[in-house]
Amino acid sequence: MSSDEPLISLENVEVHFEEQKGMFEFFGEPDVVRAVDGVSLDIEENDVVCLVGESGCGKTTLGKTSIGLQRPTGGRVKYKGQDIWDAKDKKGNVEIPYKEIRRSLQIIHQDPGSSLNPNRRVMKILEAPLRRWHKQMSAGDRREQVLTMLERVGMTPPDDYAGRYPHQLSGGEKQRVALVRALLMDPDVILADEAISALDVSLRVEMMDLMLELQDQFDTSFVAVSHDLSNARYFAAHGGGRIGVMYLGQLVEVGPAEEIINNPKHPYTKVLRWATPNLKDEEAGEPPVRKIDIPDPKNPPSGCRFHTRCPEAREACRQEKPAQYEIDDDHKAACFREVSDHEYWESPEITDEEETTPAASSD
Amino acid sequence: MSTHETTQTNSTNVPEVTDPILEIRDAEVYFEMDRGVSRVLDNVSVDIERGEVLGIVGESGSGKSMLASALLDAVVDPGVLSGQVTYRPGDGSAIDVLGLEKEELRQLRWEDISMVFQGAMSSFNPTMKVGGHFEETLEAHDYDIDEGMERARELLADLYLEPERVLDSFPHELSGGMQQRALIALSVVLEPNVLVMDEPTAALDLLMQRSILTLLEDLKEKYDLTLVFITHDLPLIAELADRLAVMYAFELVEIGTSDEILNDAAHPYTRSLLNATPNLDAPLSEMQAIEGAAPDPVNVPTGCSYHPRCPLSDEECVAEDPAFRPTFTESHQVACFHWQDSAEVIPFNIDRPEAHEVDDE
Repeated sequence: MSSDEPLISLENVEVHFEEQKGMFEFFGEPDVVRAVDGVSLDIEENDVVCLVGESGCGKTTLGKTSIGLQRPTGGRVKYKGQDIWDAKDKKGNVEIPYKEIRRSLQIIHQDPGSSLNPNRRVMKILEAPLRRWHKQMSAGDRREQVLTMLERVGMTPPDDYAGRYPHQLSGGEKQRVALVRALLMDPDVILADEAISALDVSLRVEMMDLMLELQDQFDTSFVAVSHDLSNARYFAAHGGGRIGVMYLGQLVEVGPAEEIINNPKHPYTKVLRWATPNLKDEEAGEPPVRKIDIPDPKNPPSGCRFHTRCPEAREACRQEKPAQYEIDDDHKAACFREVSDHEYWESPEITDEEETTPAASSD
Repeated sequence: MSTHETTQTNSTNVPEVTDPILEIRDAEVYFEMDRGVSRVLDNVSVDIERGEVLGIVGESGSGKSMLASALLDAVVDPGVLSGQVTYRPGDGSAIDVLGLEKEELRQLRWEDISMVFQGAMSSFNPTMKVGGHFEETLEAHDYDIDEGMERARELLADLYLEPERVLDSFPHELSGGMQQRALIALSVVLEPNVLVMDEPTAALDLLMQRSILTLLEDLKEKYDLTLVFITHDLPLIAELADRLAVMYAFELVEIGTSDEILNDAAHPYTRSLLNATPNLDAPLSEMQAIEGAAPDPVNVPTGCSYHPRCPLSDEECVAEDPAFRPTFTESHQVACFHWQDSAEVIPFNIDRPEAHEVDDE
């Protein structure tokens, strides 16, 4: 465990799901959904990484893989230099036991309501992880710690909240309880899976502020998964972190939050920027994509996966997969347009074979 | 078409519109509960102009969906709806929606006023192909099937879908965004005049939401629709909507053109809501949450229901419920005693043209 190892390191991670075929298709090849395909990313201590993208782009799968909840089908995931799945399988020389890794990597779910047991009071819910991980702790200390944490996340008076059932809490309060539950483990990383977007607009900033405050106090890193670029920006920029943009299982652009927002390089990042409503009354105009539906992840397009929708796509994009090109320290984009002498610039533009104009498509 | 006699009991002023297609007066919905009476829609009066896009904005539990249900007399038992909803088809007649017989209401609901809810998956029958839903709807309303299906194909193509493929698919074979667009096509296939949409895009990701909104704009032009769009997401609807109505605690608190609301929001709640909205243009340090929580419907504060959270509130706000009053223009109305001070006390965190002297058209 050398100290220069990143907290979490993803190396060329692949997660492929096989889809079960029906009885009558028994002999066919199973469909493979490539949820994550060749992603490398490091998460440092006290870091914030926001993964953004459309539904089905693999951001949640990547998030779960990064905290060891999803076993990758290829590549490696390391926690302080220790391969998480080797630790789990007790393979080779395990320096950090799996149990400790598991405790260090926590998750808050999208829907706080369904992640809390409806039949237990808040105190009971929050005591459970302490009971499990700190067996020597006395009941009094446990209660004490739960109450302190409740107070810390602004649920005062803590005694009152500790005695409530989940249905007696508002959405924001449930999310706080979920956050406390994760924090009680004293984790290094918390994955917040769309934990913000389920809340009302007026509560989002408050919740993000709270998480950032706790990041400071407890030195916790956050991986946040969101489809909303403005939430991601707020969270990542305040936490001094990065935004990673995913498209069909691949990381197409990653960089410091303000860079991604103000200086997006990948055409897909620009699309997400367009899709984020702002309050100035500017005309947004037509979506800057050639097709509004995302292709089937079972059969992703060749070359650059965005070429079927990209307004800038040329023949080269169909043929070849772009690498991650460095734009600045920390800011990378997987697009040929960042390479001034790439053959992309010489190759012909891709024009859509059929139906660019929707009205013309009666059979 | 007068809207005058509405200055009755509770002195509800309604911004007048020139040619209302729907008039809602004193709409109220309550539920009897063990804990007391839960008033989930409290005396809402509003006019909807023919051909406009009206965005109704509110947070969860503000009563916005109840308002949508009230429009179509679709409040579920044991909710009790009172007030008046008048529908004007445009031929000079006026239909009292809440007084209709069951059969008349069934006709009105799809043929004149149609509705799209959030979560398309639960609106479709999972065992029936999408095409079957169109045929069934046309049949149930005695429309010509061939003609109707032709219209369905055109609508689907307008929504960037491949008509034959979609009609021949089961709902689960389509992505969420495709389902939602197919549902929009279905709701317009009987050529209604008004389309009421309750969070139609909430379950979708932003790119699809935004794309659907641009498509709706085209659809509205092409089919002469009046759109009522209900959402918790103010920035999303601000661009599409001609007018915005803001709800707080089961009441309407502000109404005006989208420009007026964005640039000159007069209600302290609206201004704070705009400031609390994460935004790509706002300086990061300036975003602020609204302190406190929205009230319980059983126990709404006296006077102005926003007073416990409002930095401007005084005894007057605690004692009395403010009625609607015009602000800079007649079309922009607000239910607040102190709206003149709101801009100073709650300044916007992003530069907007504070445009009350500019009268834009």
